[in-house]
Amino acid sequence: MSWSTMPVSRRGLVDTAINGEGCTDQVILNQWYPLAAIVELRPGISYQTVLLEVEVGFGVTLNGELIAWRLDCVVIPAGNPLPAENFTDKLLVQSAYGYLWTSLSAEPKELFSIPETNEPDRRSINVATIGIATSAPRAVENFLDMGHFPFVHAGVLGAEPHTEVFDYNVEIKDGEIIATGCKFPQPQAAPSSVGAIVTDYIYRVPHPYCVLLYKSGGFDESRLDVIGLFIQPISQERIRASMFYSCVDNISSDTALRRFQLGIFSQDKPILENQVPKRLPLSTTAETPIRADKSSITYRRWLSDLGVTYGVISAN
Amino acid sequence: MALSQPTENICSMTTQELTQNDPISNWYPVANADDLPFRHTFHGKLLGQEIVIWRADDGNVNIWVNRCLHRGVRLSRGLNNGAELQCQYHGWRYANRTGGCTYIPAHPVDSPAQHLSCKTFPAIQSHGIIWSGISPEGVPPKLSFLDGLTPLNLRSLPAKAPADSVNEHLSKYMFHPDNQTDGEGSSLVTTKAYDNYFQITATVANSTSTLALFAQPVDEQSTIIRGVIGVPHNSQNVLTVLRYHNNLMCKLRDVIEADFELKSKISNTFAAVSNPRSATRNIANNSGSVSFLKVRVARKWSTAKDVVGLELLPIGNQQLPTFLPGAHIDVFLPNGITRQYSLTNGPGELDKYRIGVKLEQVSSGGSKYIHETLSEGSIIEISTPRNNFPLRRDSTRTVLIAGGIGATPLLAMAQVLEKQKLNYELHYFAQSDEHLAFPEILNSLGNNCIRHFGLSVEETLAKVRESLGEHNSSENLYVCGPGPMLEATRNIAADLGWPDESIHFEYFKNSKIVSFESSFEIELARSALTLNVPAGKTVLQILRDNGIAMPSSCEQGACGTCIVKVLAGQPDHQDVYLNDSEKKRGDKMLTCISRALSNKITLDI
Repeated sequence: MSWSTMPVSRRGLVDTAINGEGCTDQVILNQWYPLAAIVELRPGISYQTVLLEVEVGFGVTLNGELIAWRLDCVVIPAGNPLPAENFTDKLLVQSAYGYLWTSLSAEPKELFSIPETNEPDRRSINVATIGIATSAPRAVENFLDMGHFPFVHAGVLGAEPHTEVFDYNVEIKDGEIIATGCKFPQPQAAPSSVGAIVTDYIYRVPHPYCVLLYKSGGFDESRLDVIGLFIQPISQERIRASMFYSCVDNISSDTALRRFQLGIFSQDKPILENQVPKRLPLSTTAETPIRADKSSITYRRWLSDLGVTYGVISAN
Repeated sequence: MALSQPTENICSMTTQELTQNDPISNWYPVANADDLPFRHTFHGKLLGQEIVIWRADDGNVNIWVNRCLHRGVRLSRGLNNGAELQCQYHGWRYANRTGGCTYIPAHPVDSPAQHLSCKTFPAIQSHGIIWSGISPEGVPPKLSFLDGLTPLNLRSLPAKAPADSVNEHLSKYMFHPDNQTDGEGSSLVTTKAYDNYFQITATVANSTSTLALFAQPVDEQSTIIRGVIGVPHNSQNVLTVLRYHNNLMCKLRDVIEADFELKSKISNTFAAVSNPRSATRNIANNSGSVSFLKVRVARKWSTAKDVVGLELLPIGNQQLPTFLPGAHIDVFLPNGITRQYSLTNGPGELDKYRIGVKLEQVSSGGSKYIHETLSEGSIIEISTPRNNFPLRRDSTRTVLIAGGIGATPLLAMAQVLEKQKLNYELHYFAQSDEHLAFPEILNSLGNNCIRHFGLSVEETLAKVRESLGEHNSSENLYVCGPGPMLEATRNIAADLGWPDESIHFEYFKNSKIVSFESSFEIELARSALTLNVPAGKTVLQILRDNGIAMPSSCEQGACGTCIVKVLAGQPDHQDVYLNDSEKKRGDKMLTCISRALSNKITLDI
C-alpha cells in the first residue's frame, strides 16, 4: 500500500486547521507539545491530530518507539497499522512525564524539567486529556488564578465567604514565571485531605502553553503535590489540555485521584468556553486586572515580551 | 407556493416600504417578557453584540454587554439575586439599573473603582416584548391594534438569514383568521410596513385577525423572527392560535433559508460591533465622571421621632450612580449649607436614594432647614455617593452596632448581608420604639435585627460587650453612632481581643479638638513641588491654592475623601477616620485636617 497518496478525511477537528492561517510565531513553533499520554496509546496503531493547525500523525510502534509526522508528508489514516519500517520526514519526539511530546521545529527549545518526578515514591499520572474551545493562554491564566476557587470550585478548593486573595510574590526567573507565597483556605485541598486547611501554592509557567502548580495538603506535609496543565494548541481558539498529577499518596487509587482532579477540571471547562473573546487580550486596558491578578498580569506581559501573537489579541 | 405566490383570492398590498434607518438607531425586540422569569438570566444578541437580559425583583429589566469586566466571562451564566448580577467566575457583583460594580470578593476591603460599570442598553417592555437597541431614538412601536385584546407572543424563531432577507418574506406572510386554513384560503390580507415591522391583517367575511411581525437582527447571518397577535381576553383558543402560526412560520423559515444565498459581504455595522477587539471594550464611559447631580425630593415623611426620611429621585431620564453599602452623599441645601447623609438603600435599589435626617438640637441650619423648609417637589443638588465605609462580605459573622440616627449606613449594610444570606446581627440602640428610623427596613431583616430600648450608658455598654463576645477569625464589627458610644464600643472590642482591622467605624463629626497652629513644608513627590503650609491653613487649602485638584467632603477629618499617601515624614493625624494601627503606620493622612510633626512631609501627589 502506498501511504503517501491517500487523501486525508477532513473531519471537524481538521477543518479548523484548514481555515486558519497557521502559526508564524517562532517562539511558539519552537516549543514541545504533548499529543497524548503514552499509556493510552495502542502500540502499532496510528493516530491523527492537529497541532498549531498542522495535521499530525503519531503513535507508538510495536517496538515501543514513539513516532510523529506531518500528515501532509506521510498519510496514514487514523486507526491503520503503523508501518514497520522507518520513514523520513518524521517530527522530533520525546517521552516526558508520561506523554508523547513533539515539535514542529527541527531545533526546539529544551523541555522544562520537573525534578520532583525523579523521586522514587512518587506517583505520576495523566488525569485526563480534554478538548476545550478556548485559546491556550486563557487556559493557562485560569490555572494560575486563585480568586475563582470559592465560586467555580465551591466546597472543594474554596468556599464563601472566604474569598480574599492575599498578596503573593511573582517574579520572572531563568526564563519562567514563578509565583510564591500564595495561600488559600480550602475545604478539600486533595483527595487525602481531611477538613479545611490553608493551602500553600507555588506556580510555575515554564512554557507559554504549560503551567505547573505545587501545593501542600497532600499525604506527606513536607512534600508538595505537583499538578500540571500541558496544552496542545489545535488552533488559536481550540486546545486539548492534558492534566498531569504527581503526588505522594500511597492510599488513594489512580481512579480516585483522577476523579478528584477531573471534577475540578470539569468545573473550569464551561467557564473557559464562555470567556469572550477566546483569545487572551494582552492590552492592559482590555479587561480589568486587580491586585489578585498579579500572576496573570505578569503572564500577559511575558507573552507580549516573548512576541507571542498566537492565541492572543496583541496589545497594539 | 402559497407563502410567496399570491393566489387570485388574495389581495396583497404593501402601503410603504420599510424605511432604511441606520440600524443603530432602531428599537428591536430582543426577548419576550416571559423569557425573563423570576431571577433568570437570558442570553441574547443584537446586531452582533451579545447581551445579557435580566429582570430585578423591582421589575426593572437590565440589558448589558454580556461580559464581566474582569475576565470577560459571559454574565448570562451569572446569578441573578433580584438586586445584583453576580459573575460566576470571581463573584464580581453588578447593581441593578446602573450595571455598576458593587463588590470584588478577592479584595473585600476595597471599594471597586467608580468607573467600573457594565455598558448598558435601553430596555422597554411593551406588548409582552422587551425592546432594546444600540442607541435607539424615540420609543418602540405602539401597536394600537392590540387595544382591547390580550397580546400573545408567537414562538420566537431563529432563521439563518440576514434581517433584510427575512423582512422581504415577512411582508408576504399569509394566514387565515380561522386559525386552521393554510394561507392560500384567505380572502384578504393587508400588509402595512412600518419603520421596522409589518402589521398584517387577514379578513374573511366578518372575521378578522391582525398580527405584527418583527425581524430581530442577531448578526450578519442570522435573525430571530418575532411576532405578536391579539386575542380576545380569556380566549380559550390560545394554543390553537400559537400552533397555527408556529406551523406557518416554520414553513416560512424554510423558504427564507432556502432563498438566502449566503452573502459574503459583511456590512460595516456588524463589523463595528462584533469586532473582537471592540468586544473587549465594554466599560460604560458615561459613569464616574458626574460628581454632582440634581435630584427631586419625591417624598418626605416622618420615619421616627425627630427624623424625617427623604426619597430623592433623578430628574428626567438620568440614572442615579451606583453606591456601595455604607456610602454617603453630600446634600447641598438651597440655603448654602452642605451636609453628609448615608444612603439607606438596599442592594440594587437605584431608582431613588433614601436618606434619614435627624433634627439636631443645636442645628446650624442643615437639619432644621430640611425639617422645616424643604418640601416635596423641591430640586436640590447632591454629590455622587462616596464609598468610604466599605463592607466586607467575607466575614463568618458581622456585628453591626447602631446608636440612634447612626443606624442609617448600617441599614444599607444589613440589607446586603440579609440578601446574601450572610451571618450578621444588627444591634440598634434607641430611646424607645418611636425613635427607630425606617421600621419597614428593620422589619425586612427579621430576627437579625435586635432592638434595644432606653438603656442607660452602663447597660448599653454591657449589652455591647455581650453582643460582641470574643473575637474569632473572619468576624467584623461595624459601628456608627454618637461619638462617646463609638469610642466606648471600640474600647470594648479592643478589650475583647478584636483586632483593629476588624473594627470599622464611621464618625459623622470629629468632636476632638483640632489644632491648626503648626507650620511645615509639604513636598509633592509626583508634582516635583515644595509648598509651605503656614499656621491657620490646611494642607488641602494650600494644595487647592496651587491649582491641585483634590476631592474632599466633610473637611473635618471624618469621611476620608481627601486621603493621600505619605511617602516620608511623620503626620500629625488629628482625624477620626483612620484606625490606630493605620495612624501608627503613618503612611496615609487626611489633607483637610492632618498636619506634620516633622518639619517636612512628602506626599504621593
